[in-house]
This record gives sequence, C-alpha cells and structure tokens, in this order.
Amino acid sequence: MSFPAQPPASGEPYVLTASLDNARHLSSLLRAVHFQDHATCFATASGLRVTVEDAKCIQANAFIQAEIFQEFAVQEESVIFRINLSVLLDCLTIFGTSSLPGTSTALRMCYRGYGYPLMLFLEEGGVVTVCKINTQEPEELLDFDFCSTKVVNKIILQSEGLREAFAELDMTSEVLQITMSPDKPYFRLSTFGNAGSAHLDYPRDSDLMEAFHCNQTQTNRYKISLLKPSTKALALSCKVSIRTDAEGFLSLQYMIRNEDGQICFVEYYCCPDENITEAEL
Amino acid sequence: SRSAFASFLFAPLFFQLYEPRVPTPGTERFRCKVHMKSFLGVFRSLPSLEKSVGKCLILLKPRASRLVLQLHCKYGVTKTHNLAFQECEELQAVFDTQRCSSHLCAPARVLAEAVVHFPLTLAEVTLGTGPGGKISLRNYVEDEAEPSKTMVTELWLAEDEFQSVAVSPGSRITFCLKEFRGLLTFAEASNLPLTIHFDEPGRPVVFTLDDTVLEVHLVLATLSNLESDSQPPLTNGVSHLPAPSDDFPDDLESYMVALETSTSEGGPPSPTFPLRTPQPPPSDPEEEDEEDEEGAVPGTPPHKKFRSLFFGSVLTPGGPGLAPTQEVLAEDSDGEC
Repeated sequence: MSFPAQPPASGEPYVLTASLDNARHLSSLLRAVHFQDHATCFATASGLRVTVEDAKCIQANAFIQAEIFQEFAVQEESVIFRINLSVLLDCLTIFGTSSLPGTSTALRMCYRGYGYPLMLFLEEGGVVTVCKINTQEPEELLDFDFCSTKVVNKIILQSEGLREAFAELDMTSEVLQITMSPDKPYFRLSTFGNAGSAHLDYPRDSDLMEAFHCNQTQTNRYKISLLKPSTKALALSCKVSIRTDAEGFLSLQYMIRNEDGQICFVEYYCCPDENITEAEL
Repeated sequence: SRSAFASFLFAPLFFQLYEPRVPTPGTERFRCKVHMKSFLGVFRSLPSLEKSVGKCLILLKPRASRLVLQLHCKYGVTKTHNLAFQECEELQAVFDTQRCSSHLCAPARVLAEAVVHFPLTLAEVTLGTGPGGKISLRNYVEDEAEPSKTMVTELWLAEDEFQSVAVSPGSRITFCLKEFRGLLTFAEASNLPLTIHFDEPGRPVVFTLDDTVLEVHLVLATLSNLESDSQPPLTNGVSHLPAPSDDFPDDLESYMVALETSTSEGGPPSPTFPLRTPQPPPSDPEEEDEEDEEGAVPGTPPHKKFRSLFFGSVLTPGGPGLAPTQEVLAEDSDGEC
C-alpha cells in the first residue's frame, strides 16, 4: 500500500520520510528502550536511532537501519528531534497490540524539520489514522565513548540463558554485580537482597557461551533499577554481547530478529555504581 | 497464632548425598531457621525448575551464618543462594498418635475431593463419625451466626472410601481447614495416603503422611467442647442431623426434610468456649488428671482475633502467661513476645 507523496503547501520537502509495511518492526524495538517518557530520534541515511537516558547513568539505543523500511529518505545530513516516546508508542499501536498473523499496521512517517510535529499515517484494514506529535529541542546526550579498542572483557551469550535470570533478579538488592574473569567464576551475576546474596555463574565452556574474551578479572556494580528495563530487550533478542571497559562502564548489545527475519540492534550503556562497599562473596 | 505445627522429616535416603556434620562432643545438635519467603523464593517457579535444574545442593555454613542453596542448571549454569539464618531452639510439638482414640486413613484424593465442596474462604470444618462407620465433614458455623441465614454444607463419606477406619462413634472435632488444605495439596501431589489421628474436642488433631523416606506431621488445635463430656458434643448452634442410612437414596427425602426443619428452629446454645473475652478457659475437671500425666494442652482455637492456646501462653488481661491448668505443648522458639 502506498500513500501519495505529500508535498506541503509551502513547497518545502519533508526532511524525513519513512514507510513501513509492518509498524511492529518499529514499535517492538522502541518498547525495548521505553523506560522513560522522552526519547531523542536521530535519523541519517543509514537509518533511525532512538535514544533514551536516565539519571545521567544509563543510555539505551534502538537502531532501525534504513533497509528495514520500505522507504527511507533523509534530506539533510542528519535529522534530530526529541519526542514523547510514550505517545509515539501509543500511536504506533493505535490499532491494538495483539499480533495476529496476517494483519499488520502500515506506517508512513513524515517530518518537515525543526519546529514541526512528527506526522504518522497508520493504516490497518482500510482504516487510516493520522497522528501529529509535537517535537522538542533535542537535549545533549551522554557519550559513553565506548569503542572496541577500549574493551577489556567481552562475552557473547545466547539470550535464552539469561532471560530467566534477569526476569527473576532479586529486586530487593540495590545493585547488580557483574564479575568477568579469565578464571573462575568466569561470568557471574550477583545480587545482595533481603534474603541474602545470590550468584549466577556461567562457565566459559557452557553451550550458551558463543564467545568468551576475558583478559582481566573485573567486578563492577550497577544500580539494579537502571538495568532492569534491559530485560525487555533481552526478551526480544537471540544473542547478547556484554562488554566492560577499564573504568567499569558496561555495554549490553542485543541482537534482535524481527518477524521477517531481519536483524536490528538495541544497546544499553551503564555507568558503574560509585558507592562501592566490600563485595560479599 | 501458635495453633498449628507442621514437620517434614526427610530421611538420609531421600537425598542423593547426605553428609551430616559430625557434632563436636558436648555440643547440641545444630538447629536454625530461615525466613520462609526467602527460602521459597529460591524455588519460585516450579515449571522452570523442572525444565532447567538438574540438582540442588544444600549446605549449612554455621560460621558464616549462611544456608547455601545451590541449583545446578542446564548449560553448566550454577545458581547459588546464600540465605541468612537464625539459630534457634528446637521446636517440637508434643503429641502421641497412639493416645488418640480415633484413626482414619484415606487416599489424599478422597479427602481432596471432599473439601472441594467447601468455599476457599471457610475457616473451620468439623469432622465427625457417625453410625455405620460413616465420616462426616461439615462447615463450622460461628455461634453468633443466625442459623436461618447460614448455609450449612455437610457431606458423608462411606467407610469403604477409607483405607482404615478405627474411630470412636459420635466423636467430632473442629479444626482449621485452611491449614489442612495445604497439606492435602502436597499429599495429593505426592500420591500418599493421609492418616488422621484425633481424640476429644480440644485435643489436637494429627495428620500424618508416611513414606519410606519422608515423614510428615501436621498438628492442629481443635475447638474444645467445654461442657461436661457426658453431653453429646455439638460444635455449632445447629442440632446434629441424623446420618443418612445405608439406603441413602431412598432416605434422601426424609433426610432433606430433617435438614430443613432443623435449620429453621434455633438449636441449643453453642457449648463452645465463649471466646469473647481473653479469659483462660475453665479447666475441664475430667481432663485435668490426664493433662498432668502427658502434658497435653486442650488446644482451643479461640475467637478469630486471638488463637494461641496450642503452644501455651493464653492471652489473659494481664498479658501473655500460662493459665494455671495448662502446660506448654511446645515452647515458642522466638521466646515470649
């Protein structure tokens, strides 16, 4: 299905136009980073990146590359705006969230540029909904400066092995402690809650371990309330890469396969918790 | 509320490996307790346990004050939980099933199918023995409730539904159904027959499950009947209905008539403990001698607001303390509160 191209009355072209046959390819990824109301959208010729931050400690990015869209055109070098993510998700799922096979909501997104609202045209079963969402001044985003040369430890795990662990994390613990080491316990997730401490150990030779590159023993703690939202991304993903740098900054990268088998990525960056008391082993 | 006691005793053979700590001579056996919620939290999701956990290691680390539960899961993953524990005195209720005058044994399924007829919110149920070896179950109605406005459910089980019946006829006990349901669920799941040992009203009822490697006891206080024992024990304001005869289907109509008429009259006033004021119950002279002999306490679950007689410490106006005629069945390991 296609919408006629809409040249605005003033003659200015849209700086961003994108079409998706199945809006779920976008909405499910956005849900994986939806832990705050507001997000920053960043569009380039390569695709769309949606960023959410909290407490100046955690940042999540959802990447939907241009190839996922049926149409994706960006007129400027980059287009950036801040938007209410809760409202955006409500609009994208306006026809409901149940995913019946064979039915999907088609989406066309248009943005005229700075100061203009984001226009969404959604269609399902012949019914069309038009949404206009106000955009805001983009705020400065954190730069974790996480590049592969600074990585000290890296593992890639099949998500299946971590899903349950994250869903059952002891939320009475303030922190999630991550230990990565070339020696035992190799990869350990620990919590210190009301009931006592709990440790989840993954050996380096586990079938779940796709890659194990740990050079140094590192133990870092992160605020569990900040990391818990990443469980959504984990639930959607098939693989996750866990990396830390020398300062203990954490990078979680989730490989997500959508309904059509296309691959997208979501990543979470987190600062280590500064209030460190002696780790209970 | 100290009106119930449960114990699960696992024999060494229940485990794949059992290594008891060799106690240093002169010291007592080590006992500790952990928060139930914390312990159950480790085994939170039964389906996922079945799917992914191979074995569980339980270790006591007395010096670190930790009970370690280690789950060995699929893919080589290990989940270790270090639970804090408290050392405590041994908590053991004193009871002797041999002393009970009545014993019943039935497959758990029979009893589960019987209690399904009672609402989940029902607090107490009365178990009674009738002529012909029939066993009745009926919901307990508070004496304050108006007989004409209360629904009474009563069902009778024939002797042949039980594996063994050795009861004194005309006996009746009332106990907490909610606590019994818990045990029943476990008994059904493990397919074990349940034995019920009971005596006079007021004496605790003991439920046991026996297996080669597991011994389970649930001891519940029962409502005491404080009028003289010579009266037929009644546990609520509705008069006792005649047990259906063996030609039950033929007698159904007359039985139903009896049911209707009895609920429309008021019954005799309930002989149960008045339960409104925190007074120690008057001692039953007949029981007193026996009590001193074996230290049994007539366990009376008092008014819903306070139930504490089973383990001693009746709530008197002056505060917790033992009523003169009662001995403590089992000391509260937490101490007097």
